Amino acid sequence: MQIYLPIAEVSVNAFLLLGLGGIVGILSGMFGVGGGFLMTPLLFFIGIPPAVAVATEANQIVASSFSGVLAHFKRKTVDLRMGTVLLIGGLVGAGFGVMLFNYLKAQGQVDLLVKLCYVVFLGVIGGLMFFESLNAIRNVRKGKAPVRKKHNWIHGLPFKMRFRVSGLYISVIPPLIVGVAVGVLAAIMGVGGGFIMVPAMIYLLGMPTKVVVGTSLFQIIFVTAFTTMLHATTNFTVDIVLAVLLLVGGVIGAQIGTRIGVKMKAEQLRILLAIMVLAVCGKLALELLLQPSELYSIAEGGH
Amino acid sequence: MRALILALALLAAALPAAAEKVVLGLSSDTVSINTNFDGSEILIFGAVKRDGPSPSEPRLQVIVTVAGPSESKTVRRKEKRFGIWVNKDAVEIDSAPSFYAVSTSTLLGLSLSETEDVRHKISIPRAIRSVDAPDDISDSETFADALIRIKSKANQYQLNEGTVSVDEQTLFRTTIELPAALTEGEYQTRIFLTRGGQVVSQYETSIYVRKVGLERWLYVLSREKAFLYGLMSLAIAVFAGWGASAIFGLLRR
Repeated sequence: MQIYLPIAEVSVNAFLLLGLGGIVGILSGMFGVGGGFLMTPLLFFIGIPPAVAVATEANQIVASSFSGVLAHFKRKTVDLRMGTVLLIGGLVGAGFGVMLFNYLKAQGQVDLLVKLCYVVFLGVIGGLMFFESLNAIRNVRKGKAPVRKKHNWIHGLPFKMRFRVSGLYISVIPPLIVGVAVGVLAAIMGVGGGFIMVPAMIYLLGMPTKVVVGTSLFQIIFVTAFTTMLHATTNFTVDIVLAVLLLVGGVIGAQIGTRIGVKMKAEQLRILLAIMVLAVCGKLALELLLQPSELYSIAEGGH
Repeated sequence: MRALILALALLAAALPAAAEKVVLGLSSDTVSINTNFDGSEILIFGAVKRDGPSPSEPRLQVIVTVAGPSESKTVRRKEKRFGIWVNKDAVEIDSAPSFYAVSTSTLLGLSLSETEDVRHKISIPRAIRSVDAPDDISDSETFADALIRIKSKANQYQLNEGTVSVDEQTLFRTTIELPAALTEGEYQTRIFLTRGGQVVSQYETSIYVRKVGLERWLYVLSREKAFLYGLMSLAIAVFAGWGASAIFGLLRR
């Protein structure tokens, strides 16, 4: 069934979009990532203009994250206090990131920068997570208890705050910095930032994995809602018909994904996410390294 | 001597020019884009009205062009730098139609001379205006060629030679296929009658492509009340997220 999208001005297959939304929704619920880093390249591939894809994807992430976070609220695996601190940093970072994005757009190299950002961050994070969870699984098999560094330099910082759900008593400075950094990257890369946020919370802040997913989703809702409004009012690129098709599949997928996530071990969850992140990273790296079949590209407007 | 014959031939071709006119019909002068729009076809047909008898030589040829709204474009070319492919050279195209179709009754080269093409901007390369290349790019034509190649692949630029049928040198008809990825606006439609490569008569009209119903409403809302549109998008997203959660909650019980 073909549907004409009013803002994107292209005609696409409705079932294809429902299916894509569903698959990305499952991943979103399982790992606490928005799924934007998977969906946005997929939308480019089926012929949605990049500006519309990025803006609409933000709107869809709001829906799937909201659906996911409700499930986590019921199980009390959302650290609201930590989420709020991260969110304050995230909004500041996102505003700053949009300004940086517009500056780079004027320089004409924004596509390259976005791709390089993806390759570097996905590669580093995916690699780190992969080896860490592999070690964790091996240790469990050998019967060793997982060793967690209880004290590092983070614990020496001032402005300490108690995060009861996460079982942490740490300074608010590291979460704020993580929030700002993720906000900047999220705005530049046009994603929610969950795939950066989740590992940062686990490895930098030392939060328990089960709490990380719900808290990350909570934070993503607000950052992507902010981005959606920004795109809708300045670039007019949010396609509501495209968003509805993606999010109907997405919210259902997120519910299924959350239930799958509960049944799996934390290490298995992390290693799966790592493999997926590395796969997307590899695909993008190949695009940069191999000669493209069409060397020329058309952009709207003059420079 | 050859110049004299050519001049006579031109004169002979020019003579009936005032006498032949196009009377046009269109299957419809508006194309409506609704929710299940998946491309469209327009039928363009008409007749040649003339005062005297039709001259038998050279034969009458018909060229039909349909051009979508024009916009400026930047064409970029990738080059390998430090091991990766990056956008390097860029050429600005002042004005390129979003859609352009040329349909002819015979090969375009046979029905139109080079000078007439320059004057009326009929062939696809001529319909793209003024390539404004920076000084350090010597092969700026390849950028315009790339634009045509990419647009042709998407069926947005079409050269349909021999698709206009002409009966008795009087009646002509053709269909033009519009792709699914169609932008709104006024599509300028031109009909040229040529004899021996010279344009003897031309006719212009417009076809309007516009969104209707829900498509129109959403499009207008997104442009004129952007803030409200954004809030509506968010409300739908939150509602859908809550709805899925509630339904799955009920199913589990």
